[in-house]
Amino acid sequence: MNDIVLILNEICPELDFSLSEDFINDGMLDSFDMITLVSTLDKKYSISIDGMDIIPENFKNEATIIALLRKNGVQL
Amino acid sequence: MNLFFRNKRVTGLLTIIPENERNFIDEMSNFDVPISRSLKLKEVMGYDKHRMVEPGVCASDLAVLGLQSLISRNLLHSQDIDAIIVVTQSPDYLMPSTSHVIQGRLKLKQDMICMDINQGCAGFVMGLIQSYMLLDQPAIQKVVLINVDILSSKVSIQDRNSYPLIGDGASITIVERSNSTEEFSIYANVKMDGARYDSLIIPAGGFKQPSSFKTAILHEVEEGNFRALDHLHMDGSAVFNFVQTEVPKMIDDLLSFSGMKQEEIDVFLFHQPNRFMLEKLADKIGVPYKKMPMNVVEKYGNSSGVTIPIAITLNYKKKLCLENMIACCAGFGVGLTWASMIMPLGYLKFCESIEYPNQLDN
Repeated sequence: MNDIVLILNEICPELDFSLSEDFINDGMLDSFDMITLVSTLDKKYSISIDGMDIIPENFKNEATIIALLRKNGVQL
Repeated sequence: MNLFFRNKRVTGLLTIIPENERNFIDEMSNFDVPISRSLKLKEVMGYDKHRMVEPGVCASDLAVLGLQSLISRNLLHSQDIDAIIVVTQSPDYLMPSTSHVIQGRLKLKQDMICMDINQGCAGFVMGLIQSYMLLDQPAIQKVVLINVDILSSKVSIQDRNSYPLIGDGASITIVERSNSTEEFSIYANVKMDGARYDSLIIPAGGFKQPSSFKTAILHEVEEGNFRALDHLHMDGSAVFNFVQTEVPKMIDDLLSFSGMKQEEIDVFLFHQPNRFMLEKLADKIGVPYKKMPMNVVEKYGNSSGVTIPIAITLNYKKKLCLENMIACCAGFGVGLTWASMIMPLGYLKFCESIEYPNQLDN
């Protein structure tokens, strides 16, 4: 299991993120979960994701989250 | 819009905070989400304790208690008050203004100006701007600026967007023309966008949609929250985005207007919506966290226009009585409104906080 799915599972242990391609529309992540996720990613990778990037489009699935991390200089 | 003032000062600051304290831990079961998620949110947003008035307590009660405290200790002489400005979204009545009610309850002189301003989280800066404008009149020597909000009764207990962070409180700021021979300048920047008026709104209770049996009914809304039309509605994502987009730009513009560098600012006193939003703002603007207090929401909740005064009395009460600081204040919220100000702040005659006790006879 990769780091992103592990982090998501830690935030929402009752959900299986590997089964979804759209965490937002499938109701798995709400705006508060996005904030918790950003805070966790900031700490784990020692970055500060820009507040203007905290929009649903960037948290739709694993690929969009990885793209956001790469934008912030994280090598994955 | 850039505004410029000269030789006006805050000379005293008192905050009035309800004694009645609630804990987020005790309230988590109100929300339809797993406890583990709420606990993580508590850590990130700084949800912990918040203060709320008991039922029946209104805005003028907090203000009158604060003013009586100052007057009884000779920190304020009632005959010296030339204007009362009340900034609130929770007035005692639709009419008359709460400033008139306070004037009447304290039996203050008639030769004065009473006015209310309907502003929220930008209300401290907006109130200072209005105070400085009044002080341009020779007849006005001393303005009492009162920021007060008791919005806890307008928030649904089942709304995770707003209930955990709401707080009630009041502040009294004495604003005067400076007697000092030293010349100094105050710079302000204000912007408003009424096109987004519904991002933060209490839909019912005004003349557009009067409160009724129907407007009191709770409905399930986004993300499992329950609200009535009588309750405060905040589009959390839209407001977050607004703040992250507009506030850093505003601070850049204000620094350019003032000709000051960010390093010359001693303290960034921003409205306190939640810790996460403030950390993101500080990161974006490049302000060290130690220069921006972020500890108000976790102790008292978000009391809209009162959070900046609370940040001051909580963190700098001793320091600001002894020395001067260059402060950059910024408020942002309902309207939408975003307003900021760079001003000297210090050598205050008083800078303190008192509690509004439970079960006080009004």
